[in-house]
Amino acid sequence: MLRTLRKIGSIGLVSEAAPATDELLRLRRALDARTAAILGRALCIRHVDAGSCNGCELEIQALHNPYYNLEGCNIRFVASPRHADLLLVTGPVSANMEAALKRTYEATPDPKLVVAIGDCGCSGGIFGESGARPGSDRACRGRVSNVIPVDVAVPGCPPSPTRILAGILTAISRGPA
Amino acid sequence: MSGEDWLRSAHDVAAAGGRLLSLWGSGESGVTGEAAVYAAYLTEPGVLIIEMSVEPSGELDHYPGLEGIFPAASRMQRAAFDISGVRSSDPDRRFWLRHDAAYPFVRVEGEGVHEIAVGPVHAGTIEPGHFRFSVVGEKVLRLEERLGYTHKGIERRFTELPILEAHRLAARVSGDSAVAFSWAYCQALEAMSGCLIPRRAVWLRAAFLELERIANHLGDLGALGNDAGFAFGLTQFSRLKEDLLRGVSAAFGQRYLLDAIVPGGTAGDLSAAAGRALADTVASVCRESAELRTIYDEHSGLRDRFTGTGCVAPELAARLGVLGLVGRASGQSLDARVDLPCAPYQELAPAKMLQRGGDVAARVSVRFDELQESGRLLARILGELPSGAHVVPIEAPAAGAFGAGLIEGWRGPAFLALEAGPGGSIRRCHPHDPSWQNWPALEHAIIGNIVPDFPLINKSFNLTYSGVDL
Repeated sequence: MLRTLRKIGSIGLVSEAAPATDELLRLRRALDARTAAILGRALCIRHVDAGSCNGCELEIQALHNPYYNLEGCNIRFVASPRHADLLLVTGPVSANMEAALKRTYEATPDPKLVVAIGDCGCSGGIFGESGARPGSDRACRGRVSNVIPVDVAVPGCPPSPTRILAGILTAISRGPA
Repeated sequence: MSGEDWLRSAHDVAAAGGRLLSLWGSGESGVTGEAAVYAAYLTEPGVLIIEMSVEPSGELDHYPGLEGIFPAASRMQRAAFDISGVRSSDPDRRFWLRHDAAYPFVRVEGEGVHEIAVGPVHAGTIEPGHFRFSVVGEKVLRLEERLGYTHKGIERRFTELPILEAHRLAARVSGDSAVAFSWAYCQALEAMSGCLIPRRAVWLRAAFLELERIANHLGDLGALGNDAGFAFGLTQFSRLKEDLLRGVSAAFGQRYLLDAIVPGGTAGDLSAAAGRALADTVASVCRESAELRTIYDEHSGLRDRFTGTGCVAPELAARLGVLGLVGRASGQSLDARVDLPCAPYQELAPAKMLQRGGDVAARVSVRFDELQESGRLLARILGELPSGAHVVPIEAPAAGAFGAGLIEGWRGPAFLALEAGPGGSIRRCHPHDPSWQNWPALEHAIIGNIVPDFPLINKSFNLTYSGVDL
């Protein structure tokens, strides 16, 4: 216990430390203000992996580390789409996840936002877009917007936590389409 | 080769203490024509690959299944049928990757038994899959996994990409094992093309692989503390992981090294100054991890949750053919860096980390040990990086050339078989993650444990979905 306390004491608050870039600090302040103004409470996000290679998941998990201090800027990840304001979707959408993604979207209360994450979520990425053809028997349906409406798409393979935060900010600034 | 020869070879491998590494098919589902089934075995001298031509026609069995000898074969055979249309004699004929038919789960019946169905969309930031628990009260009687949700047709996608560019797809078979798979791909390709890559490139690749190992172990160690109610662990380890990723990014321009390995060498080089900075970061991450290990070891709550939870006894692990980190936590002594080393691992001589407990505590322990060992290897690699070029030109191999790659990633041996088509194309590429072998072991590990311990046990395995759904 003593060691634990000593460690906590010696590390201090890293989320205020230098590695948070100027851009990150600006983003965090903007996000905080927007969510407070629009929602009057924390922005609740539900993540859906619709077929990703799990690279984007690594960066979404990194968002939770103390440097990015996500909850400090009024953002919370929730366990059910029924509690969510925004869906953060990684993909390409696999045929086997198409129904689950649609049902998750339908279970999310209106008004709702969708942010597609990563090159694959934006365009199908390296897994290709050809699966988008109607009647195609391809295993991959390509970009997220082929399956559900998307408000903002964040490119990158994977996009950095800062870019994901920026995408979320853009989505809440614009509001639902 | 006949079906009897195919079976006999499997028996011979098993009798000699070998393991099934991978099984896959070639041919196209629903299309008659040339088709074959392949088995790759891990044997004492090396990887043995056996090919058998089959005649896919009608409802007949095309080849004898290996599930009686190597239980892990069952799902691979079902996946091979879904992808390539070659059917084994395995009586379990449920589709594995195709999800357009009803899926009958095995039912457990008895007084008070009920089912809990979880997924494919899970509560956390993890990949999609379905778990069907049969429980009495909170005790788990049986778990059945249903995967394949992230099936993207990766094997078919490979055949649409030029052979000199598809290393990028290999890196995205499972993003957290990008280095392992892109190296395995390039290893296969370079052998087929007769391309000898420079020493500096080989050492840089080893640096990438060990950095990937440390990053993933840091992530898991934090999540394991958190799943046992010790949020401090997640905070500290996720901070260290971010420190490492920023160090990697400063050195190589990317946080996850998805595009660091290219055919013929590496995409970028490392300056002496950047190498020194990276070595300092790694040293400080390892130093702090050692400090945190003491805290984990002394924490009675963690000890209580980790010890005896989710046990896979060494005998069971051997029977199931469990591989990699999970295997080494259950006494299965195999680390491709030690037992089947590629350059530069003969020179680096990594120590193999072994535990026999087979519980969450053992898997935590192996991660802590391997993290320190990777730190030691990195200190040497970054300190003694050979000079010279980091990449050489490479030409596409001739049509029909066949090659294989085997790299011990952080989960275990990442294997890849590659066959060239005409004009710089790919005829067939099969990537294989050790999670194929380890997912069935998770079904055993949970038996008799309580439902609330499943997230902890699952995290202690941390298997890939995308990497096996293909």
